[in-house]
Amino acid sequence: MAKMTMVEALNTAFHQEMERDDRVVVLGEDVAVDGGVFRVTEGLLEKYGEMRVIDTPLAEAGIVGTSIGMAIYGLRPVAEIQFSGFSYLAFEQLEAHAARMRWRSRSAYTVPMVLRTPYSGGVRALEHHSESREAYYAHTPGLKMVIPSSPRNARALLLSAIRDPDPVIFYEPKVIYRAFREEVPEDEETLPLGKAQVVREGEDLTMISYGAMMRPTVEAAETLKEEDGVEAEVIDIMTISPLDHETFAESVRKTGRVVIVHEAPRSFGPGAEIVARLVEKSFWYLEAPIQRVTGFDVVIPLFAYEKAYLPDADRVLRAARETLSV
Amino acid sequence: MPREKIDLPHEVEYISILDPGGELEEKLEPEIPDDLLLKLHRMMLLGRRFDKRMLNLQRQGRIGTFAPIQGQEASQLAAVAALEDSDWMVQSFRETAAALWRGGSMENMLLVYGGFFQGNEIPEGVHNLPVAIPVATQLLHAVGLAYGIKYREEDRVAMVFFGDGATSEGDFHEALNFAAVWQVPTIFVCQNNQYAISVPRTNQTNSETLAQKALAYGMPGVQVDGNDVLAVYTAAQEAVERARAGDGPTMIECVTYRLSMHTTADDPSKYRDEEEVEKWEARDPIPRFQTYLKEKGLLSDDDIEALEEEIQEEIQNAVDRAEERMEALGGEAVIMFDHMYAERPPYLEEQRQAFIEEEEATNG
Repeated sequence: MAKMTMVEALNTAFHQEMERDDRVVVLGEDVAVDGGVFRVTEGLLEKYGEMRVIDTPLAEAGIVGTSIGMAIYGLRPVAEIQFSGFSYLAFEQLEAHAARMRWRSRSAYTVPMVLRTPYSGGVRALEHHSESREAYYAHTPGLKMVIPSSPRNARALLLSAIRDPDPVIFYEPKVIYRAFREEVPEDEETLPLGKAQVVREGEDLTMISYGAMMRPTVEAAETLKEEDGVEAEVIDIMTISPLDHETFAESVRKTGRVVIVHEAPRSFGPGAEIVARLVEKSFWYLEAPIQRVTGFDVVIPLFAYEKAYLPDADRVLRAARETLSV
Repeated sequence: MPREKIDLPHEVEYISILDPGGELEEKLEPEIPDDLLLKLHRMMLLGRRFDKRMLNLQRQGRIGTFAPIQGQEASQLAAVAALEDSDWMVQSFRETAAALWRGGSMENMLLVYGGFFQGNEIPEGVHNLPVAIPVATQLLHAVGLAYGIKYREEDRVAMVFFGDGATSEGDFHEALNFAAVWQVPTIFVCQNNQYAISVPRTNQTNSETLAQKALAYGMPGVQVDGNDVLAVYTAAQEAVERARAGDGPTMIECVTYRLSMHTTADDPSKYRDEEEVEKWEARDPIPRFQTYLKEKGLLSDDDIEALEEEIQEEIQNAVDRAEERMEALGGEAVIMFDHMYAERPPYLEEQRQAFIEEEEATNG
């Protein structure tokens, strides 16, 4: 066991998987010599060479489009887009081809690639470096959309994503990259994609979140226990798509009350889908209106005001108390 | 010297070997085995006749929209003729004849254009990617495939087709750039058929040639008479050899002309005049190749007549089989839920079950 940051845990996943499987290649801007601008791919070039760790030209569609070809050929490309705000140039390649090649070719050709990209606000960055657009990818049939929340599950989910036979968008909460350390077992550990996790058990309220927003959510749950004597069940979705509703639908049948937390804009965000599934699966168990604590339907402000945009433990707490008061 | 001309490593050549009248530039004549020449001729005819038949089927409402290839048979067939079966072909949507050459079947194509994606099943041992409709997006896939070839140190190449309009897309430029930087075995074949739907080549780019765009990326570019089988084959063979030798990608611009419409939903009389079409009809790739083959003693008028009959029968059989299959597959809509993921996610399975129940309820 070693205590690792998320960056170190992701880096460990790469070392373990590239050692194990020579089909894995890493490509993107500044991923080789520089080891990635966040250092997630540090040391890979030295160990695995320039055919497997590729500093590409600066072109996002090119990175993803060539990854698709590599994946069809039988490699397991892991592409990095430096910031999710720059990934939209590659969106057509994902929507038109990565997500459909299996379907189009009746499974003759598949695209087992991963697109890793940092998302999330809270790091005092320039414009285009802070948004959360997981809904774009989650809305595309054929893609999988995964967001880890801690060093340990980041390592496990990245290993699963690389081994997955289908294209996976892997959003990394950059505000968590070096925020804290966590014990990560030395032996490899994977987590199934498409499966949520109950990270805190409780009977009174269900709190559903993922990624960077897990921290304020768990913090609010702890405060609820201390100050209100309320036991909240907290669920980490981890895979946005395909979404595991069983875990939270079951929880809500027990608690009857729900708070959903994400930093993506509210309208048509993942919370909307979670609410819809709850209505389909657990409607008769609901005891109060569902609360959504989310980003607003605005461009995320530059960093002077970003705290006002991003949900924090206080906002989550207010929403929880609101739903508990009914 | 404060100002001087910069020498670039490549120049753009134009190749023409068999002129529109069938006149041969003997010193450039490539050595092509007789059986390959005859196969090329047969496939050009098949491509032309199948295209015509599909147009009739579309006009009768028996298949949907497709992109005819009439006039472009040489530019695609002579290019894939330089490939081995183990090489890869990445197509756009106007390579019917090339796909047939590479192991695709008319029956399957009719299924796809008839609205049945079952026609996209890839036969074992065929290395063709399915039709890619968003313009220029497929070029990057060919570069990725070629990267895989280089990584595995295999003796293969990846050839990708696109049109003149594609050269305006960002993906075209990214693909050429990546391929040249990586020095991977990709052959970029541009079928410059003069129009992107209604927009003429002159409004697409201010470049003198499309081939010269390759030079900006540090790779050879060559322009050929795309209606001349021998010229296209020569350029393709040189590019394939270069790629196999590890000397990287090449771009070939085949100057040709779309004698028919962009797709069956298009009316070309709106943007080009009959005179221009007639000028290009006189440059048709098929008659001049037939003249060449006759002069070589490989083909007679009787041969052509027999071949035409044989081809008509082959096409008729494919149409019959495809229509039978379409009839049989009509009620199989539930397969839309297949092949989305390796394993169907639970919520998708739920939707599939609900669909099946609804179908059963509706059909009694």
